[in-house]
Amino acid sequence: MNAKTADKIATGVIYAISGIVALILIAMLAFILVRGVPHLSWHFLTSPAKAFEAGGGIGIQLFNSFYLLILAMIISFPIALGAAIYLNEYARKGKFTTIVRTAIEILSSLPSVVVGLFGFLLFVVKFHFGFSILSGAVALTLFNLPLLTRSIETSLAQIPNLQREAGSALGLSRWETVIHVILPAAVPSIVTGVVLSAGRVFGEAAALIYTAGQSAPALNFADWNPFNISSPLNPMRPAETLAVHIWKINSEGIMPDVSAVSAGASAVLIIVVLLFNFSARKIGARLHQKLTSA
Amino acid sequence: MANNIDLKPVSEFISENAPERFIYDMPAEKHEVAISTKNLQVFYGDNLALSEGDLSFERYKITSLIGASGSGKSTFLRSLNRMNDGVATVKGNIMYRGVDINTKAIDVYEMRRHIGMVFQRPNPFAKSIYNNITFALTQRGVTKKQELDEIVETSLRQAALWDEVKDELNKSALALSGGQAQRLVIARALALKPDILLLDEPSSALDPISSAQVEDTLLELKNKYTIIIVTHNMQQAARISDYTAFFHMGKVIEYDLTRKIFTRPKVALTNDYISGNFG
Repeated sequence: MNAKTADKIATGVIYAISGIVALILIAMLAFILVRGVPHLSWHFLTSPAKAFEAGGGIGIQLFNSFYLLILAMIISFPIALGAAIYLNEYARKGKFTTIVRTAIEILSSLPSVVVGLFGFLLFVVKFHFGFSILSGAVALTLFNLPLLTRSIETSLAQIPNLQREAGSALGLSRWETVIHVILPAAVPSIVTGVVLSAGRVFGEAAALIYTAGQSAPALNFADWNPFNISSPLNPMRPAETLAVHIWKINSEGIMPDVSAVSAGASAVLIIVVLLFNFSARKIGARLHQKLTSA
Repeated sequence: MANNIDLKPVSEFISENAPERFIYDMPAEKHEVAISTKNLQVFYGDNLALSEGDLSFERYKITSLIGASGSGKSTFLRSLNRMNDGVATVKGNIMYRGVDINTKAIDVYEMRRHIGMVFQRPNPFAKSIYNNITFALTQRGVTKKQELDEIVETSLRQAALWDEVKDELNKSALALSGGQAQRLVIARALALKPDILLLDEPSSALDPISSAQVEDTLLELKNKYTIIIVTHNMQQAARISDYTAFFHMGKVIEYDLTRKIFTRPKVALTNDYISGNFG
């Protein structure tokens, strides 16, 4: 076999493998969307779930998912940003840095159900947070932190050292250079990373089953006082999210239209995650363009 | 011995008893020294990258540092405003305005505003042209719009970039061409009104036309700034500099007036290098 034939065969095999990967994704998406999209309606997206009768929606679960996501991001982003700045801009090779890096790697490889159980024992039971949005948000933070830190660190590392040299040659301190030069230049890729990780957090179920709970009490969407128990903003109320809801009704749902609700909820979940993914790229590219042109 | 043939071509100027090194000693009464080094040694880890770099640089002159790759010229240059801090260990004295700036007590951030630096590859910030120049100033409390406007115009004019960008000061600096970006970086360094400008191969990443523009800019700046430039381009060194220092294997081999170095070098090694026998 000559080199040319070998190359042709290798190219063909590689194309086939990539094609299979794309095909699996497309088949899965098509299956979920074809089954689920017909059940979607404004009513389904906004009304509360029903446990025993048909016609329930996913309104509260959808709201819970977004609320938890936002809270988890508010907690994890500053911590991840700080850790990433330390690791990429300040850390020198040494024992401490190695320990931090190893910790982040191990944390990122923990199965999310373990994070959930840990959250249950520590926050729900020990700290008496109960099954609550707060417990859920903290568990999601643990789940999200290592991934977000790594992604921000990568974004910072992509900024060429020339920029840091430029800063120090102008008499700027390292802190001034990081805050005013490196971070702004890294914003497009940081935003992409944050939105992608938001997609992951949005679809997370295992870490939430034992922390944010599996019930979605009725909410009064006219009451925005976070201290009232029926207020959507109350962080101490249990909050079943969309992903947890799908898991729950598939394992123990007894409403007559359980398969329709499950299919519809799955479709919504997939659509939202896809939206996050596509918008991440779009927003990143747009920000980058804004920074580099006009 | 009769048939001992010397294969090494030695210039007619180099006499039999040529010195191994020659460092021009700048008499203080005749020249105003802007910055000088004494017993400078730079280590990367345990590796001695530069030794015995004792040089004095005259004020309002351009000095070229030439030598092969790895000869220590960039290392020397980067030590002058402490850009090697955290990268290498620098021992010895760097005297600037009667003060040794190579000590812990020196505020390096303040010092670098007097001794600016421009690098090989243009490195504008991902900001507008205007903000690239004003950023370091605003960080140090210069906030009056009128004052900033004036500084922007003056430094862009000095860097010979004003006419090309005056109508698009709010455009991102990343959209500039390589030559324009390099002149912007020079303008950015000038905005801080430094005494000394260090340039590390500022035109080696540029095309010949942009390179010539940068050279013209440097010749213009000579009246107001002391310029020290590392260059691989021998023609460039001969064209623009008043003094030239030749580095070889971490040592300054010869330091003299540029015209002397390029016409009658005193050291055989220098002659070999400038006539292209190595490097």
